[in-house]
Amino acid sequence: MELHFDHELTHLKEMLLRMAALAEQSVADALKALVERDDELARKVDMEDVQLDRMEIDVDREGVQLIALRQPKAGDLRFIVVAMKVATELERIGDQAVTIAHRSRELASEPPVKPLVDIPQMAAIVQKMTHDVLDAFVYIKPDLAREVITRDNEVDKLREQVHRDLTELMVKDPSTITRALNLMTVARKLERIGDHATNLAEDVVYLYEARDIRHQTE
Amino acid sequence: MDNPVFHIEKLNFWYGAKQALFDVDVTIRPNQSTAFIGPSGCGKTTLLRCLNRMNDLIERTRVEGKIALHGQGLYAPEVDVIELRKRVGMVFQKSNPFPKSIFDNIAYGLRIQGVNSKNDLADRIEASLRKAALWDEVKDRLNDSAMALSGGQQQRLCIARAIAVEPEVLLMDEPCSALDPVATAKIEELIQDLKKEFTIVIVTHNMQQAARVSDHTAFFYLGKLVEFDVTTKIFTNPANKQTEDYVTGRFG
Repeated sequence: MELHFDHELTHLKEMLLRMAALAEQSVADALKALVERDDELARKVDMEDVQLDRMEIDVDREGVQLIALRQPKAGDLRFIVVAMKVATELERIGDQAVTIAHRSRELASEPPVKPLVDIPQMAAIVQKMTHDVLDAFVYIKPDLAREVITRDNEVDKLREQVHRDLTELMVKDPSTITRALNLMTVARKLERIGDHATNLAEDVVYLYEARDIRHQTE
Repeated sequence: MDNPVFHIEKLNFWYGAKQALFDVDVTIRPNQSTAFIGPSGCGKTTLLRCLNRMNDLIERTRVEGKIALHGQGLYAPEVDVIELRKRVGMVFQKSNPFPKSIFDNIAYGLRIQGVNSKNDLADRIEASLRKAALWDEVKDRLNDSAMALSGGQQQRLCIARAIAVEPEVLLMDEPCSALDPVATAKIEELIQDLKKEFTIVIVTHNMQQAARVSDHTAFFYLGKLVEFDVTTKIFTNPANKQTEDYVTGRFG
């Protein structure tokens, strides 16, 4: 039997999907702004962030209301709790995109410090992680979510690599320090996006398997 | 604000010498469901029964204050009580079908209204049963006794009977208190469908039910209205400490 409550849950899910699409877009815009030195795109990311902030508040309000009024149980309860956490992660992904976009604008005003190699690679991985974990959420694929988590190590390693390369560069040529620090920040923010994707993946596993896999050392 | 269906102002009510309601103010909005909640003896059922003057049937009762239905005083001398109860239908705690067939249970009120043609009756009965989400379960046995239906089906039959005469308001006095959880869920779903067409006022002991089915909630205690607000507000951030204690199960 389909319940009125099912419609409310579907509505909440739709809110999340719109938010997820926007968060993905925001990261894509920020990276494009970086690579193509596009100032206009960097501004767009700011506006997307404002929207993401508002959507987070909307999802939370809806979630609190559904818990208070519908007394959700079992899978419904996990879905609402996870929805609120997903909204938080997506909003934070949006924040990371904003920082990347801001640093991109600063970088665009000066000559490139070096050709970008590892950063685009990191970006590709975290974007794929984000995309896949949202797929796992929508299409009920906890195994895909678990697999996403394993990719985070690669991101961490690349970030360390970027850090080493840029440090070396700054030691050799102190005139690159400002630009190199901006790039380091970009790398750190990409790594954070990977962390958010990992958190999302843990939430997806909890949602579909009712198992809490956070903070487990292998 | 949209035109209220009921406007209740400074309503006081007595059973003999005992006062049951004290200066109650409530507004009932159209096509919404309004829940009255509160512990036993708080006056919620008394107020509900004022809305179609069911309390007139109890001796030595007295009412003071104002209840208006679309601006017209409910207790004005020119009010035709039979007509009023046609506009303001009621479903009771315990299902009370007539010991007749399913068909005749619903046809009863319609015939009184002058609907006699077989086709008209059949159409109106089918429409009512569909609205009450009972049609699929009884369409092949309309001539069977209503008493053979399960409790939940009987209650939905009573709802079908009440809405067959096309009232504007449906009063429900703890309509699920005698039902099991599955039958209760069906009635709750039904309430949310029905409010598209009717204005619903429901009294319930079960505050989770009020949360699930109502748009506005009024909390009563000892005959006084403690708080009246949109249901979301009552269940997430009530203004009054007593309301908070009641909805969180700490009192009452």
